[in-house]
Amino acid sequence: MTAVDERPGRELGNPRPRKEDERLITGRTRWTDNIVLPGMLHVAFARSPFAHARITSIDTAAAAASSGVVTVLTGADLDAEQGSLPTAWPITPDMKAPRHPAVAVDHVAFAGEIVAVVVARSAREARDAVELVDVEYDELPVVLDMEAALADGADLAHPDLGTNASATWVFDSAQAGTGADVEEAIATARESGVVIERRFRQQRLVPAFMEPRSVVVDPTGDQTTLYSATQVPHIVRVMMALVTGVPESKIRVVAPDVGGGFGGKLQFTPEELVTFLVARRLGKPLKATETRTESIMTGHHGRDQIQKLTLAATKDGTVTGLKVELLADMGAYLGLVTPGVPILGAFMFNAIYKFPAYHFSCTNVFTNKTWTDAYRGAGRPEATFGIERMMDELAVELGRDPIEVREQNWIKHEEFPFTTVCGLQYDSGNYEAATARAKELFDYDALRREQAERRQRNDPVQLGIGVSTFTEMCGLAPSRVLGSLSYAAGGWESASIRMLPTGKVEVVTGTSPHGQGHETSWGQIVADRLGVPFEDVEVLHGDTAVSPKGLDTYGSRSLVVGGIAVVKAADKVIEKARVVAAHLLEANPDDLEFANGSFTVRGTDQSKSISELAFAAFAAHNLPDGVEPSLDSEATFDPENFSFPHGTHLCATEVDTETGQVRIRTYVCVDDVGDVVNPLIVEGQVHGGLAQGISQALYEEAVHDEQGTLTTATFVDYLVPSAVDLPHYTTDRTVTPSTTNPLGVKGVGEAGTIASTPAVVNSVLDAVRHLGVRDIDMPMSPQRVWKALQHGASSTSGGELPDAASAGGDAPVVDMTAPTDPGEAGPSVDVAGAQDQPIIGGQPGDDAEGRRP
Amino acid sequence: MARITVNVDGVSYSDEVEPRTLLVHYLRETLGKVGTVVGCDTSNCGACTVHLDGESVKSCTVLAVQADGHEVTTIEGLSSGGELHPMQRAFHEHHALQCGYCTPGMIMAACSLLKDNPDPSEQEVREGLEGNLCRCTGYQNIVKAVRAAAQETAASAAPASEPVTAGGAR
Amino acid sequence: MIPAAFDYVAPTTVDEALAALRELTSSGKDVKVLGGGQSLLPVLRLRLAAPEVVVDLGRVDELRGVREDGDALVVGAMTTHDTMTRDPLVRQHALLLALAAETVADPQVRHRGTFGGSLAHADPAGDMPAPALALDATMVVAGPSGRRSVPASDFFSDIFTTALGEDELLVEVRVPKHTGWGAAYEKFHRVAQAWSIVGVAAAVRVDGGAIAEARVALTNMGTVPVRATAVERALVGQPATADAIRSAAASAAEGTEPPVDANADADYRRHLAGVLTRRALEAASAS
Repeated sequence: MTAVDERPGRELGNPRPRKEDERLITGRTRWTDNIVLPGMLHVAFARSPFAHARITSIDTAAAAASSGVVTVLTGADLDAEQGSLPTAWPITPDMKAPRHPAVAVDHVAFAGEIVAVVVARSAREARDAVELVDVEYDELPVVLDMEAALADGADLAHPDLGTNASATWVFDSAQAGTGADVEEAIATARESGVVIERRFRQQRLVPAFMEPRSVVVDPTGDQTTLYSATQVPHIVRVMMALVTGVPESKIRVVAPDVGGGFGGKLQFTPEELVTFLVARRLGKPLKATETRTESIMTGHHGRDQIQKLTLAATKDGTVTGLKVELLADMGAYLGLVTPGVPILGAFMFNAIYKFPAYHFSCTNVFTNKTWTDAYRGAGRPEATFGIERMMDELAVELGRDPIEVREQNWIKHEEFPFTTVCGLQYDSGNYEAATARAKELFDYDALRREQAERRQRNDPVQLGIGVSTFTEMCGLAPSRVLGSLSYAAGGWESASIRMLPTGKVEVVTGTSPHGQGHETSWGQIVADRLGVPFEDVEVLHGDTAVSPKGLDTYGSRSLVVGGIAVVKAADKVIEKARVVAAHLLEANPDDLEFANGSFTVRGTDQSKSISELAFAAFAAHNLPDGVEPSLDSEATFDPENFSFPHGTHLCATEVDTETGQVRIRTYVCVDDVGDVVNPLIVEGQVHGGLAQGISQALYEEAVHDEQGTLTTATFVDYLVPSAVDLPHYTTDRTVTPSTTNPLGVKGVGEAGTIASTPAVVNSVLDAVRHLGVRDIDMPMSPQRVWKALQHGASSTSGGELPDAASAGGDAPVVDMTAPTDPGEAGPSVDVAGAQDQPIIGGQPGDDAEGRRP
Repeated sequence: MARITVNVDGVSYSDEVEPRTLLVHYLRETLGKVGTVVGCDTSNCGACTVHLDGESVKSCTVLAVQADGHEVTTIEGLSSGGELHPMQRAFHEHHALQCGYCTPGMIMAACSLLKDNPDPSEQEVREGLEGNLCRCTGYQNIVKAVRAAAQETAASAAPASEPVTAGGAR
Repeated sequence: MIPAAFDYVAPTTVDEALAALRELTSSGKDVKVLGGGQSLLPVLRLRLAAPEVVVDLGRVDELRGVREDGDALVVGAMTTHDTMTRDPLVRQHALLLALAAETVADPQVRHRGTFGGSLAHADPAGDMPAPALALDATMVVAGPSGRRSVPASDFFSDIFTTALGEDELLVEVRVPKHTGWGAAYEKFHRVAQAWSIVGVAAAVRVDGGAIAEARVALTNMGTVPVRATAVERALVGQPATADAIRSAAASAAEGTEPPVDANADADYRRHLAGVLTRRALEAASAS
């Protein structure tokens, strides 16, 4: 399976404007919140204002008596049915997971947790009654800081759990047999080479999809139908069945048009579960649509890591080892894949470089904040940020050009396929080509000259150049690898094709697009493969009654897994049609060639088109013996490997040293995502990814005060940039096809986000490093930049510990608690009742250490 | 309750509303004009942008009673005679949308911008759309689409029929 | 989110509005006056306020518009920010107000939000109070016992608090003409829609290469807009040069007690005030 598609298609590579646009630009879109059903009631939730408290009493009488209210339910009312929301990724056998009731019963662990459910005849009456729910709380100490949370005697986010450490996960290349021992490499470098030690902070982010989540449940039919603004209708259906015990066959989940997700809608939510349970209890359709503040407070957050990195190198700049010690903030609970998010970065810190020794450890920590989970890139942006910052630090230490140091260490194009220190096999890549093109578009040398001039004349506006040469593993994922990482499910994807008698084609996909344009891209793939007009192909998705099988859309998997399933299904149609064609043409199947939608007997002009054959199969009057009257097909594709897109991003920023304001002047990226189906869509994915990555560098941060209240719970304070806050992007691509799938494609959805954050941060630091600045925390707000400049100007010694300038007197450098060995991750006391969160998936039998993907 | 009469997308409606009803809720829930959507509580995202007497406004920050006696145009009333508006066509051709949730508001804001400034520069387009958030596109193709629509509009209506007011310079 | 329920009154004249206010407040009702609604409606939607009655001035036509009255420009309280940015009289005689209005929020908000509403709301981070203060505007306040004039320097009394009584309305703003003055409003914020961290409103009259008069006021450097009198004094009579401006601007933050929030502490705000004052003055004296 190494061949790149051999047939030059009319559609593959065509920048075709999307077919899904027509409804979106005319306002005929079907959002979940648009749905109105007969007799539908409305749900609003009373939520805890406290980050950590015991609930001592709830009085619902006034709310229940309020106008239009049908019922008010508390956690106690629902507890027999609600069970616990599940996690699907037990990263270690001894992982601690608190029970996660959808409606809190007696304990709330973050501000925004649901404490009561109001059902009323209108949304406004439901909201009015929420104000009347009277809850008394006994406040408990809040746990907010990960390092403090792991100290002896720390307050506990979940007192019943006995610890704030959920799990520690370790990968050691020496133990895995994929590389050397990192401690030896560091010791050697301390003697005779260079050791760089840095501590970085990945701030907490909010996915901030534009469509607030909404769920509508209709229990009136034989099946209960749940409409949800979700990325993962198939996963929601399985989880709903597992948690409630309602047979999966009695549950239909529909994701109508969905307004963005970015990982934020990869979840099985309390709101979905409660609405489902209460609708069934009342026998009435229910709708629950969140406000933006609810969305920001209670939709899962992303990132939030503290990274301690140690890089060893020789004096000539060759890297010899990398040690990664992470703390990852789970927030208050474990969502679907919360524990595994940092693990998705474990194999990516080594990135495109030939590290001979590597050690990764991560301790997952509970705090009294909103739970975290996947956000665009999930684990890989964190890793890419860490290593790309370190490569710049190495270049600075050695007084070398940052691109030159990278090139010295990266995998050369002739070295592919390359097995990394983590045991992953990178199938293809050409870092030299992407970098050369990026430098050319950027006019690297001219910008370096301008930078020198501005330094020379002490210009108040300094120029910096930032580099990020990234790769990522995406296309989640080979099922066996997910199994080895203890993930509950597989990573295959399903597709089926229905050849309609009128010559039209229906493609059913298990992916669940919410902006990615699958209706267009899958249509292009099938039009080419089957030789039918693009307009004749309809792509169906997002409804478990229509598309019964699938694993949905996340992790840049849709094209490289779901798209390949579509290819396989189309090929099966062709093979079925070949038999019918041979029969009708009275020829040997092997003598038929299929091109442009028709089978032709080689050397003759006798042919049958695929639509003629579809009708022949429908009529079934004249089929070969034993051949079923159908050309329809189904295929399930399990990838043999991840895909490894890569690219070079270069960013030039101007830093106003008088105010600390940062302005991006030039942004160039050259990505290599292999062959592309639709260049217009690919470029759009890159643009959007860049915006989110740049925004992490400069604007966004979910901030909690000392009580654990989220102070950035509206778009007034959580800064999502507008058009005027973002730069023009110069984008280009090199094409190094993937060798592990028949289209030669790689994932693109997360690339821009993963690559851009370190490019921006490196550029800002490059602008001001000569003024004494060592590091600046993200987001690089004007105040943080200005304070760093003040601090830089006043510091005289160059030998102090690396320091991150923070606003408001954050502690500069705190030694991280030494990572705990897996065996010591928690106290030996077994706390009864504390571990009853359903963990979907087998407990791994093997030890956490030494695993390899 | 208060009685209001509002012309929406060329049709006059008369309804009893609670004074607290936001214009966007009136459009969506009373009139079924669900093309206009709600994205935030704070007048930041602009997803609910409509035209009120020809000017762009955020319909989540206008009470329905304030629209009494006025004309509202939503995304659903933008095209006429089955023909897409040039701005809609430009958004499609330049891939200026992905999930599409911000799109109705973005298109309505962009049309308002061109009314004030028929030939905006890239920077002027960016500034003119500062009241609308998009999380998918990174804005580049939106900017491209708005400028393309401006050019198309200028080309198809060569002699400017309306007096042109300069947009606010910064 | 949906506001809590309220009763709604929509008078069509100032007298009707005053009568309604008098009646409602004297009977102890919690009343909010609705101008363009761009500050009030988000507050109601978040249910940070839940008035019993909203009095909407949107139908009081006499409150809209800009006219000249001798040496003054008279701006109706319900004149929108958008009108302020384009009105030829404003641009000619009070350019600073037009430039500041251009920075308010975004086009949609400027189409609805009003000059008077912004002043009466008295948000310390709002962009219109400091320019009004800089230009020595006078607020014309109508109440049960007729009209009174309140200078801008007395109008803003605290955060979100003005000299307006609960049964009074701001009806118009009289701005002394600053014809031929250069002006600039320097707004410093993190993203386009964000509120000012600090803003500086500056107007200067340059005569024969020297600064004849200067007006400078600061946004978000205290609970109310602050006049940078030390800067103004230092400028008068100086040549309109970068050095003179730099030297004068250094005292911009003198005597201020800036707020502290997530975007800026007091030191940073004081520093910004100096830098932005210099830039505003440079731009104003060049315009």
